[in-house]
Amino acid sequence: MAGVIVYSANPELALELITVARLINDKVVALSINDDQLAQALSQAGAQAIKITHPDLVVADTAAVAAAIKQVLDGVQADVVLLSSDRRGKELAGRLAQVMGAGCLTDVAALEVKEGQIECQRNALGGATIAVQCIEGPQLIAIRPRSYPAAGTAAGSLEEMAVEIKASGVKVLEFKAKVGDKVDIEAAETLVAVGQGLSDEGQLAGVQDLAAKLGGEVACSKPVATDKKWLSEERIIGLSGKKCKPQLALLLGISGQVQFTVGIRDAKVIVAVNTDENAAINYMADYIMQADLHQVVQELKQKL
Amino acid sequence: MNIVVAMKQIPDLQQIRIRQRQPVLDGVPAALGIIDKNALEAAVLLKEEEGGQVIVLSAGNEEVEETVKEALAAGADQAFLVLDDSIENADGSLKAPILAEAIKKIDDVGLILFGEGSGDNYSGQLGSRVAELLGLPQVGYASRIQIQDSQAIITRSLEDGDELVKVTMPVVVSVLGDINEPRIPSVTQILKAGRKPKEVLELDELELDLSGLPQIKTLSNLAPETNRKQVKVGSVEELIQALKTEGVI
Repeated sequence: MAGVIVYSANPELALELITVARLINDKVVALSINDDQLAQALSQAGAQAIKITHPDLVVADTAAVAAAIKQVLDGVQADVVLLSSDRRGKELAGRLAQVMGAGCLTDVAALEVKEGQIECQRNALGGATIAVQCIEGPQLIAIRPRSYPAAGTAAGSLEEMAVEIKASGVKVLEFKAKVGDKVDIEAAETLVAVGQGLSDEGQLAGVQDLAAKLGGEVACSKPVATDKKWLSEERIIGLSGKKCKPQLALLLGISGQVQFTVGIRDAKVIVAVNTDENAAINYMADYIMQADLHQVVQELKQKL
Repeated sequence: MNIVVAMKQIPDLQQIRIRQRQPVLDGVPAALGIIDKNALEAAVLLKEEEGGQVIVLSAGNEEVEETVKEALAAGADQAFLVLDDSIENADGSLKAPILAEAIKKIDDVGLILFGEGSGDNYSGQLGSRVAELLGLPQVGYASRIQIQDSQAIITRSLEDGDELVKVTMPVVVSVLGDINEPRIPSVTQILKAGRKPKEVLELDELELDLSGLPQIKTLSNLAPETNRKQVKVGSVEELIQALKTEGVI
């Protein structure tokens, strides 16, 4: 079976990639770029870890990273590269695919090997459909974060490899870590999500109380965060937001455009509260309540 | 300095219907990618400060000539189009060399802008591929772009923070969907759009060797099965009871 190389600058996602890689081949080569800790973690997860070293190589320089990984590929027999489909990984994916002459699929949510062919599942048509696709030729596949568990501990190896690169003219002036809302709605077991049916920002307090009472988090459709700015972008569910799989999703005043539903359709139980009896969201809800969401929030708070 | 904005013609996603889990694309009008419009707006704003021309670049079937008017109305000065039916549903490995070759034919390009992902596939690989083919640096997920002499100062917004980078132009940049609010063209601008200059090339005029490229094979493309219960509940009490039975509260 095809040799597999995995790379993510994010240690958690790199360990997830090792799990995915083992679906293709037991022998996994995992890369780190100038990062000792990551290289250690990879080898302790059973991979053949290679630490790529070059004093001037920074992950912000996508062109240089792609060139460096190509040099490793030339020395290792591998025709499948797995990256993480976070922003850094996606930005690298196209560039590395071009360097490799590979076909590229990003945001892959699930992968299956059938008769030697790697079948990838990803959203298509804005999330309206799920496409099953495979690549003919060299393959670069970027896996959506948190789609697979991290690899456990196993015996691996660790080596270093120096590369030659040409810096491409990208200089990092500053990195400002995100402050403020650090909520992780993808990890929440219960989500209370609000859409444009929420009348005003003042109503959010009640929704937050309800979410707290349920032991969950508040989430929203995109316009609530980007247009109205009532909630942070960390809380957006949907195609360009988070893909969540909670046990319970309580959807309040959400009409149910596919760009939203693609981020919640894997929930175990979906409740839709809406004044519109024909809202699209009702077709993908387990429980439908045609009612004013503000009143339902108050009543739920009292009666739970 | 000129700014190229790559825009993709896609089916209007709001109008796609699903029948027996199959997407129905017949009769669905074409539109430009949603985030591509943010890229265009970013270009027009920079042009208003720095001067130069905004050139919208698109490759697809012949309908693109009509679809691109929307971009010309929203502030692009001219269009550069590569038309061929085979391009319409092609993937990044085929489109990238076409766009790269087209960009080589445009003078004095300082910035090449893409949306972070197309509206339909959201694959986000084309900008990176084009940057590689042109041997240019790239910055993805931009939430802010400023120009200082021959350098661009760009904020790359990542999941865990903002990275401020300085990069020598020309550079390929992909922008986030929330970098700006695209303008809505006035009626006059829409009427004038048809008269703006357009350079239209047929694919074979680019004289590219597009053989031997990797292929993406689509085995199936279906709407997910929705086996939801769709039970109507009349009261909050009833809802609470149902959720307790489900074991989720």
